[in-house]
Amino acid sequence: MSSHAATHGGHQESGNGHGGGFTPVERRFPWLHVVGYVLSLLLTVLAFLAVLHHWLSGNPLVTVIMVLAVLQIVVQLFFFMHFTEGHGPKYHILALGFALFFTVAFVGGSIWIMSFGDTQAY
Amino acid sequence: MLPHYWPTLVTGDPLIYGADASIGLVSIAIVFVLTYYKKWGWLWREWLTTVDHKKIGILYLIAALLMLFRGGVDALLMRTQLSRPNLHFLAADHYDQIFTTHGTIMILFVAMPLIFAMFNIVVPLQIGARDVAYPYLNAISFWMFFFGALLLNISFVIGGSPDAGWVSYAPLTENQFDHGPGENFYIMALQITGIGSMATGINFIITILRMRAPGMTLMRMPLFTWSALAASIVVIYAFPALTVALGLLLIDRVAGAHFFSMDHGGNPMMYANLFWIWGHPEVYIVILPAFGVLNEVFPAFSGKRIFGYSTMVASFMAITILSFLLWAHHFFTMGAGPGVNAFFALASMAIGIPTGVKVFNWMFTMYRGRVRMPMPMRWAVGFIPNFVVGGATGVMLATAPGDYQYHNSYFLIAHFHQVLIGGTIYGMFAGMYFWWPKMFGFLLEERIGRLAFWLWNVGFYVTFFPQYLLGLMGMTRRIYTYPAGMGWSSLNLLSTVGAVIMGLGFLFIVWNILYSVMHRSELRDVTGDPWNARSLEWSLPSPAPHYNFAVIPTITRRDEWWEIKKYGRTEDYRPQPGEIQDIHMPNNSGRPFLFSVAFFVVGLGFVFEWYAVVILGFAGVLAIMLHRSQEVDDGHQIPADEIRHEEIALGRL
Amino acid sequence: MAVTKEDAWGVQARSQTTGSTHDENELRVAGFWVFLATDMILFACLFATYIVLRGNTDGGPGPRQLFDVTGFTEETFILLTSSFTCGLATHVMHEGRRRALVLWLSVTALLGLLFVGLEVSEFVRDVSVSATISRSGFLSGFFTLVGTHGCHVSLGILWMGSILFQVMRQGITPAIARKLTIVGLYWHFLDVVWVFLFTVVYLMGVM
Repeated sequence: MSSHAATHGGHQESGNGHGGGFTPVERRFPWLHVVGYVLSLLLTVLAFLAVLHHWLSGNPLVTVIMVLAVLQIVVQLFFFMHFTEGHGPKYHILALGFALFFTVAFVGGSIWIMSFGDTQAY
Repeated sequence: MLPHYWPTLVTGDPLIYGADASIGLVSIAIVFVLTYYKKWGWLWREWLTTVDHKKIGILYLIAALLMLFRGGVDALLMRTQLSRPNLHFLAADHYDQIFTTHGTIMILFVAMPLIFAMFNIVVPLQIGARDVAYPYLNAISFWMFFFGALLLNISFVIGGSPDAGWVSYAPLTENQFDHGPGENFYIMALQITGIGSMATGINFIITILRMRAPGMTLMRMPLFTWSALAASIVVIYAFPALTVALGLLLIDRVAGAHFFSMDHGGNPMMYANLFWIWGHPEVYIVILPAFGVLNEVFPAFSGKRIFGYSTMVASFMAITILSFLLWAHHFFTMGAGPGVNAFFALASMAIGIPTGVKVFNWMFTMYRGRVRMPMPMRWAVGFIPNFVVGGATGVMLATAPGDYQYHNSYFLIAHFHQVLIGGTIYGMFAGMYFWWPKMFGFLLEERIGRLAFWLWNVGFYVTFFPQYLLGLMGMTRRIYTYPAGMGWSSLNLLSTVGAVIMGLGFLFIVWNILYSVMHRSELRDVTGDPWNARSLEWSLPSPAPHYNFAVIPTITRRDEWWEIKKYGRTEDYRPQPGEIQDIHMPNNSGRPFLFSVAFFVVGLGFVFEWYAVVILGFAGVLAIMLHRSQEVDDGHQIPADEIRHEEIALGRL
Repeated sequence: MAVTKEDAWGVQARSQTTGSTHDENELRVAGFWVFLATDMILFACLFATYIVLRGNTDGGPGPRQLFDVTGFTEETFILLTSSFTCGLATHVMHEGRRRALVLWLSVTALLGLLFVGLEVSEFVRDVSVSATISRSGFLSGFFTLVGTHGCHVSLGILWMGSILFQVMRQGITPAIARKLTIVGLYWHFLDVVWVFLFTVVYLMGVM
């Protein structure tokens, strides 16, 4: 795993900082983005309908709309943010993976810990 | 237009006036000396605008030692007050302010800059890089820390210090109970320095992951660099929680919100929860680099490679993850119920396992080694019993039912001083003595160093062992005095005596430094490798040239430099004239300094709730960012010829 | 440890160049991903606080009384669309199309402005019915969580403006391409945060 600058592939996301010019890629229709946009709209509409038309209620509904929100992350990451592309070692995937884990730990942990007023288990 | 807390600005207290006068005099003296010797330009060019990681590291170290002095004086004032029952050396409100600033300064403005000093000085040299990934951001980090520290320290002379403990628990810190600017100083100082810490975390993660010399795989990295990586990971995932906790507290205080208030649906315990989501990982942030230093010191002075390299790496990573999952053990007595308390108690005990692995590995590294005992090794060996006792009392505290007995007592005080002083400070002193020649080109004198070590070590045990007993005898923390007849008097006196001995130890360290500076020609390190050590930084001259490596080495194994010495190839390891090429280095910039001044102005604005000043400060921040964004090239080339000349002057060509 | 390959120190170790071997633009994109990870934790803590305080309305207005379904629906679709146009801006940037880039970037910033405008008007409406930040724990959490996201979006708009100015002056250079990549990541990230705001705060609020 050397730290040499990776060679650049089709996506010219970042050129060489010094002296290197910017080389454009071939023009093509942005299919990826269009599909991503349609998917994100679809997921949003589904969440809306599920809530406003009371398809479900209580915890199942919460679960469904949370799953839809997580799918939205996937859409943004892969269709817009080109999560797995880029050059060199993919440490950013690890960084976001950790962040996701700690997000769940902090939010879940806080809810669990702070529910003490409701249960009074001692 | 005088603010409502105007009376607190003029206290009429002789102690404060004395401090005001002495700070004024020292400031005038500094300005006079700089002007008289025409050093302003030098200060600006060489230090205030520098982006060189080695200089920034030195700045962190100096700032940390100064803050250690301030925090130490706070400690001695407290110990004096507690030395006898019913003393009135300090008034109750003074005592509150002093224990608050003592804790805040020691964690945020001593331990943090000490570890960042070591990161900056060592990591790029150990991994064969010419600087960190973002040198400009690195300068911003330092100056944000510096101005955060300044903001907290000026609270002593204008406006009044914070007085609600270093944790600043709500609802005590809500506006209705703690009116006035003291707590605002605390919040803004920590916010500003926190931005700097987060930037440092990002900087070192990318530096370590992406800037290593060719051939240095992750599993060939020196273990100090591993510890820097682990601590940086903890920094970036923990500090946002502090930002949120303090931000919400500030909104409560200045905008009348009800996050942590007692009424209108606030929940004070949520503050404790958020604070410790940061606070617990924070203690691992400051201990991991100390482990890292020991991982360098033990092999170097045992003449052996580290015992169990891969278990060391595994335990670093285990501690990194586990440190986030045990924050609730700081408030077991909140009453969250057996499920929560059992989980966090078990997680707290589990972290003892990877830590224990490290202690055994260090001892096995020394076992059958050719052990030498110069100063770095003394502090490192002193660390082990300290940390074992600190760890054992930590497991006692982690036992949730037991914690109901000794939480908030002097037992806890003794425990965390045992791990923070006995762990972090001992480790950082070991690192300071170890890398001092690499920073300045001369060693610290041994004889005074030994005296300092023994004074400090004896003082440490005399101070804190009585406190364990006092805790078990029921003495709670944060009381400013106690009646006679509790049976606490003699142990308290003993503890105070110990604190004075530790204070002497600190003075001896200062004397050690001053003496060594004055005798630097005799103590000069001409080899670049005074300890016969193992990692790449020792292949460079002391101090390292500003571009670090004339030729970036290619790494083929762990402990590369040691192996090269073993096979007598050191001559080959020097740069050859033909290979030296132009080197691209980042430019110095005054913007990081000015950027942090602008944030300081924002901080002052929030402290006194002068919103015009806040807006002015933010305008400055934005203007500097825009100015930076227009910059096309922020680096310069050092021609190969110039490098050849420098290397010849260093005797390496 | 058997070390016999003495030649390993030799010619091989000397063959590499000395100049900066690291692509600075790429390094900065990598660092920005790590920054986004920290920002994610920041929002996680704000979400945790909101969820813990959600029920504490202190007899004041709750989510059902305050949240306006049309309002947050509009905000959601505007921000989703702006994420799409921001993606298009990056796409045409890679193709070196400066005018199209200026167009899509401007559209993105304007949609962002519209979003912030709607959010501000929502806040003003809340305040006009005495649902202020100091009314209850729930409202403190709501205003701070949604407001922090709004501040992020506002900062993003300023940032895009600055880059727009640079694109018009310098054209598409590697440095500008890097800045656009980074601001794009930031914008998509804010879209993700909004999806969770919309789900956890608004949808669960009216459910």
